[in-house]
Amino acid sequence: MSDANHDVRTDSSDRSVATNGGVNKSLLIPLAVFVGLVMILAVGFNLEDPHFLPSELIDQQFPEFSLNELNAPQRIVTHKDIKGQVALVNVWATWCPNCLIEHPELMRISREEGLPLYGINYNDESVKARQWLVRHNNPFQFNIVDDQGKLGIDLGVYGAPETFVLDANGVIQYRHVGPVTRRVWEETLRPVVDLLLSQASQSSTVMEG
Amino acid sequence: MKYIAVIFLLLALGTSGAASAAIDAYPFPSDEQRNQYNGLIAELRCPQCLNTNIAGSDAMIARDLRREVHRLVLDGQSDTEIREFMLARYGDFILYKPQLKAGTIVLWFGPLVFLLIALGVIYRMVRRRRSQVAVLNDDDQARLQRMLSK
Repeated sequence: MSDANHDVRTDSSDRSVATNGGVNKSLLIPLAVFVGLVMILAVGFNLEDPHFLPSELIDQQFPEFSLNELNAPQRIVTHKDIKGQVALVNVWATWCPNCLIEHPELMRISREEGLPLYGINYNDESVKARQWLVRHNNPFQFNIVDDQGKLGIDLGVYGAPETFVLDANGVIQYRHVGPVTRRVWEETLRPVVDLLLSQASQSSTVMEG
Repeated sequence: MKYIAVIFLLLALGTSGAASAAIDAYPFPSDEQRNQYNGLIAELRCPQCLNTNIAGSDAMIARDLRREVHRLVLDGQSDTEIREFMLARYGDFILYKPQLKAGTIVLWFGPLVFLLIALGVIYRMVRRRRSQVAVLNDDDQARLQRMLSK
């Protein structure tokens, strides 16, 4: 009996030596799977925000609309009115706490950056919205009343605040979901705006030449 | 026993009611259009809430999208046209059943690839085990004979 046991042992150790060739490759498989899993999870957990959806409207014309202006209800504004300059279009509402958080930065941008801001008052009551702008000041050239959320749907908006960067031809170049803080402006929006401004000035000098 | 049956019936009714939170009563001129509407709001995904269809969500955007679907259905648009409308604005995310195209090919065939890999691994393991059983060199054979003859 003990002979047989001894035999089996030498046999199995022989086999492992035979398949070894230095390192047993099959031992590396769990390690590879583990490393792969860690990499997938690392990417998954570091995604900025699970709510972030890529916009379908990048590189497309701002959708056509014809809606009332908030502070001049008899005035109709259209997509043609926001064309012509590099501009920001901000989707906001009085029910949106983050809109209040970003408001001082929007005020600063409208004062200091020489860039037109247009507001879309999204799914809101116009009376409340007018009061809100009086209380917190109005950074916008004008405000589009989107009380039915129709323009919001055409823009692929699913909440507020959202901010779109438009080039001089009225083409959507960038979309930011969430409040525009000083950091967001410096790190993401300003580079896009600067690039668009430099492109716009280049094309205009080409046309002059 | 009767009581238990009644309780189960009530529970079943309760859950079926909870499955759709949409309570807006839109008028439809025909049952086909109502069915089309109900089918679409069940298969469109709410972009705000991540894991609910727009039929089952109380989010503002879900309400707006239901209204939009209602408008498009009354407009006489087909299911495909309405899906295209939503895709153009919200992207693949809006569909619980994404379309088959280059960007979604991993989604559709990834599981199949993993299944094939698994089958391949199993096949190799089985084959190796078989070949190990079969391999008995002359020495082993002689030893086996010795043991058996003992």
